[in-house]
Amino acid sequence: MSAPIDTAGDADLLDQQVHAGSLVAASQWTLIWHKFSRHRLAMVALVVVVLIYLVAAFAEFLAPYDPGKFDPRYTFAPPQQIHLFLTDDEGTRFAPHVLGFKSQVDPKSFRRLFQPDPEKVIPIGFFVEGQPYKFWGIWEANRHFLGPVDKADPFFLIGGDRLGRDLLSRTIHGTRISMSIGLVGVTLSLIIGLILGGISGYRGGLIDRVIQRVIEFIRSVPTIPLWLGLAAAMPKDWPPLQIYFAILIILSLIGWTEIARVVRGRFLSLRREDFVIAARLDGVSEFRLIMRHMMPSLYSHIIAAITLAIPNMILAETALSFLGLGLQPPIVSWGVLLQDAQNLRAITQAPWLFVPGICVVVAVLALNFLGDGVRDAADPYAK
Amino acid sequence: MLIFILKRVAGMIPALFAISILAFTVIQLPPGDYVSTYAAQIAQTGEAVDSAVLANLRERYGLGENIAVQYFKWIGGIVRGDFGQSFEWNQPVTELVWGRMGMTALISFLTLITMWAVSLPIGIISAVRQYSIVDYLTTTFAFLATAVPEFLVAIVLLYISTMWFGVSVGGLFSPAFENAPLSLAKVWDFLQHAWIPILVIGLGSTAALTRIMRANLLDELHKPYVEAARAKGMPEGRLILTYPVRVALNPFISTIGWVLPALISGELIVSTVLNLPTAGPLLLQALKSQDMYLAGAFILLTGGLVLIGTLISDILLAISDPRIRLS
Amino acid sequence: MSDETILRVRDLSVDFPLQKSVVHAVKQVSFDLKRGETLCVVGESGSGKSVTARAILQLVAKPGAITGGQILLDTAAGEVDIVRLGSRGLAIREVRGRRIAMIFQEPMTSLSPVHTIGHQIIETILLHEKVSKEEARKRAADLLGRVRIPEPEKALDRYSFEFSGGMRQRAMIAMALSCNPEILIADEPTTALDVTTQAEILSLIRELQRDRGMAVLFITHDMGVVAQIADRVMVMFRGEKVEEAGVFDLFERPQQAYTRALLGSVLKLETPAPRPPRPATEKPIAKIEKLELHFPLNAGFMGRPTNYLKAIDGVSLTINQGETVGVVGESGSGKTTLGRTLLRVYDPTGGQVMYWPSNGEPVDIATLGRKGMKSLYGEVRMVFQDPHSSLNPRMTIYQTISEPLRTNTDMTERQMMDRVSELLSRVGLPPDIGDRYPHAFSGGQRQRISIARAVAVRPRLIIADEPTSALDVSLRHQVLDLMRDLQNEYRLSYLFISHDISVIRYFCDRVAVMKNGKIVEVGDVVQICERPQHAYTQSLIGAVPRPDPRLRADAPQ
Repeated sequence: MSAPIDTAGDADLLDQQVHAGSLVAASQWTLIWHKFSRHRLAMVALVVVVLIYLVAAFAEFLAPYDPGKFDPRYTFAPPQQIHLFLTDDEGTRFAPHVLGFKSQVDPKSFRRLFQPDPEKVIPIGFFVEGQPYKFWGIWEANRHFLGPVDKADPFFLIGGDRLGRDLLSRTIHGTRISMSIGLVGVTLSLIIGLILGGISGYRGGLIDRVIQRVIEFIRSVPTIPLWLGLAAAMPKDWPPLQIYFAILIILSLIGWTEIARVVRGRFLSLRREDFVIAARLDGVSEFRLIMRHMMPSLYSHIIAAITLAIPNMILAETALSFLGLGLQPPIVSWGVLLQDAQNLRAITQAPWLFVPGICVVVAVLALNFLGDGVRDAADPYAK
Repeated sequence: MLIFILKRVAGMIPALFAISILAFTVIQLPPGDYVSTYAAQIAQTGEAVDSAVLANLRERYGLGENIAVQYFKWIGGIVRGDFGQSFEWNQPVTELVWGRMGMTALISFLTLITMWAVSLPIGIISAVRQYSIVDYLTTTFAFLATAVPEFLVAIVLLYISTMWFGVSVGGLFSPAFENAPLSLAKVWDFLQHAWIPILVIGLGSTAALTRIMRANLLDELHKPYVEAARAKGMPEGRLILTYPVRVALNPFISTIGWVLPALISGELIVSTVLNLPTAGPLLLQALKSQDMYLAGAFILLTGGLVLIGTLISDILLAISDPRIRLS
Repeated sequence: MSDETILRVRDLSVDFPLQKSVVHAVKQVSFDLKRGETLCVVGESGSGKSVTARAILQLVAKPGAITGGQILLDTAAGEVDIVRLGSRGLAIREVRGRRIAMIFQEPMTSLSPVHTIGHQIIETILLHEKVSKEEARKRAADLLGRVRIPEPEKALDRYSFEFSGGMRQRAMIAMALSCNPEILIADEPTTALDVTTQAEILSLIRELQRDRGMAVLFITHDMGVVAQIADRVMVMFRGEKVEEAGVFDLFERPQQAYTRALLGSVLKLETPAPRPPRPATEKPIAKIEKLELHFPLNAGFMGRPTNYLKAIDGVSLTINQGETVGVVGESGSGKTTLGRTLLRVYDPTGGQVMYWPSNGEPVDIATLGRKGMKSLYGEVRMVFQDPHSSLNPRMTIYQTISEPLRTNTDMTERQMMDRVSELLSRVGLPPDIGDRYPHAFSGGQRQRISIARAVAVRPRLIIADEPTSALDVSLRHQVLDLMRDLQNEYRLSYLFISHDISVIRYFCDRVAVMKNGKIVEVGDVVQICERPQHAYTQSLIGAVPRPDPRLRADAPQ
């Protein structure tokens, strides 16, 4: 027995007035968007996440160089500053450029020291011709979004690394690997989590208890030692692509538990919902009951769960690679790039090696905010 | 209560078994067995390989027999305190792990205490003063702290202290105390070093715990029993501490179960960066050189550490919550 | 009863600012409360009655705030305006619990789950009075005895979750009375309780009030409760005071249209609706025989259960064609489970449910296979209690109503659309709302949609599980009348499950009384309501508060 439910229309004795307004025929997605879009931080995060994935998608085009191109002359080359105007004998005019380097080796520390050289003007531009590449491994191209007009000139917007490779190009390519690890890993986790969580929540009983024990157990094991143990067991002579997928599988083996938990919880509570029982009593088939009556209540929650799982994947990959047991060069990920920052000598000389770390933080923050926003908006019918 | 504890301890046995299977699997994963690797290594140094020693080792680990026999020989050894041999160090694993694991346990425990001491009051304040400046600062900080990997914080700290202050922050002891016997001065020296790893390791989880305490308390603040207590004329501060905080504490206690694994994971990474004499660097070293008995021992022991932590949290929870104690 | 006024409320206004608008929950309400009297504040949901009660103790939940008026409490030092005391500080705390105490609707959650009952009562005493702990404990035990909690000494050290709902409400009352307050505010204190427990709590409050000369401000939506305990009544509607009168005057000569409509809809349910006489020879449509549903409890060694929860324990009941059979019982009696077991939401563990389909031989639903059930779903339908949870919020009205048509008939999309429009107008809704979602409708409208879904496939038997319990009283008979019309039109039979005797009496031909999974009595509805035979039925019927103050013991002759 409960107190009568309060609805605006009920107070009207006639109860004949039907609510009118813009949202009466609004589907759940309209309502979710309506609620989500009021969450300002999440909207900003959405834009950032889309931008990051665009960078990942167009990495070859956006990077000025191939990530593997090295030049020992530019070991730890400092970031160059972009000058928009050029002043010379002919006066000042608009001519975007960077300055080349004067370098000398410090006789005491044997470090290479760099000075900007005002004599060496390196004109830069958009859509310049540069190193040829295969876009997505399919189409031949040689245009780069931004770069030196003469491809032989040095161009280090955020500096160079130990081998004189362009850190910007490497970070952009690292974006593709790190973000795709997140996305593909979550897809894998989603498949496992959806199946096991769904069975667990829909069937209940013994199989539910078994799956629950397994999840509890996996969650109680410290992840890093386990990941490391599994990763260390990989043969050292595997090709990089195989290692990439092995790491994906290792991360998903643990990542699925959270998604399974969400799916199971929703299924369990949905199974008892009156509207699901009502649909069963309408005589609908089991398949239709799940797909048409239960799943639509799940989609938004699943989206929230996977959005929140992606940053964990990214952090895990970064940690593994950082420790040297994850992805291996020549594959470039943010974690692999941060390996260079492990060395105190290197970072005191070239603090820009932290840049991939900043990328990790920005990506994870944006995904967390986005996931939070989606989660808050996921059930627009909650009171 | 005693029955409750006994039940919980009994309930740990399957989990312990599962962890041992997991550790054993990791040991078995790399291609080739331990003895052949050992033999190959000795051969590399140019020494003669004593086939009798090898046969002895094969017998000890049950190599060549089926996997179940190997498992029981291994676990049987552990029950007697024998974790196998580290071929990289050429020492019994037992001699290597205990001191290191002890340090890991100590650092994890201190971090846990610090985390609670920090997150509890901040969580309470930001829930009670929802949407205040404190709340916004906490929220911002919490989001940042969960997004920054621990090792990055550790490196940045290393960088800052070296560049700006010209001091090194690695290690847990000054060189003078490294091998000194336990004394008050040594403990003081330890604390002077330990606060940095504790801060770094605890950062992410402290943020998470603060958020959890805040959310728990926000749930409780509007429950009817709070209103009922207010209606009988209790002063607001005392009311919040005696009623909703007290109830919100229970789910908070049970967070040990998942905070501890995260802590140990964080400890492993941070100790590698800061070069602490804990399990982390040794485990990493062992894994990189596929010194699997050593690695397996660490995985087993960290799992065991989490189980003990969970047991303690279960007991604390039962003490704190009559609903669990009496049902 | 003295005429001395203890509380004077003048032009009280409470607002709740929302994001874009402001809800005026209480609008300039004035009333007086005299020492020793019971003033009932009655109204439907959203009338502002609870907010008014909370405002008196400065307990309005944020962002709500008192925006105007006075609440004048008579004290030894003259009148104190509670509005000016603010919601914090010593002055208001001296009023709360000491001068004015309050009890709440949800006894299940109004006591802290992690403190003993004794702790919570003793704390209240120590807050307001300078007595020793032992003294306070002794008084707490006395209070528990006073509210008739058995073994009060032991009860002090127990936790609220070890008590039933009624016992918790008694403990709550003991706590409220611990400092001898002059005013007790009771906010729907019996709404969450069963009717027999309600009767006990009401008489307890009445008795304690007389003994102590306490003034009681009693908030309720139930006119029956009002008639039982009120001295005077204030009717509220949408934040405004509609009418205030003595209880006898109000029931006999309501002045305002709203009061008359409210009383009208309550009184309409007091007499059975006219219905055609039953035919001389009845043809059964369903016959339940010795139906059992046992859930194993605490599975013991080797998984063999050591005990069973007997949710349904040997129920036999016949439903005839065109008949409405009521099932009445308190919470936990198994009535809802019975309804669901008939449609195999739960599989029975014993007994039979014979059903005579429109064509063909009778079948036993209890053992019917998946295929057999499928053909049955079109003939036997269900209407649920809560129209908010029984409609899928993510499906349009058309999708929801057409779902049974889709699975049970060969209709084309076009035909289904026509049929849904027709059904919508039949249940009194505009026919063109099929593309809308449930959130666009009120509770009453949603229940009409649920009924449309139930009758879409022209069923023969409908199991209606408390279809009116979630609705405000003014809507109940409208929904019942609709169900009655549909019964005549489609020659329907109903199994009508309810905890509310008046609804059963209004709507049913026969009624079965359930308790602890068993049927204790079956019979004609008039006979059961007026001449119950079984002791339990007698106590159940006797406990129902009738909306007629003249039935009270203290009514003037």
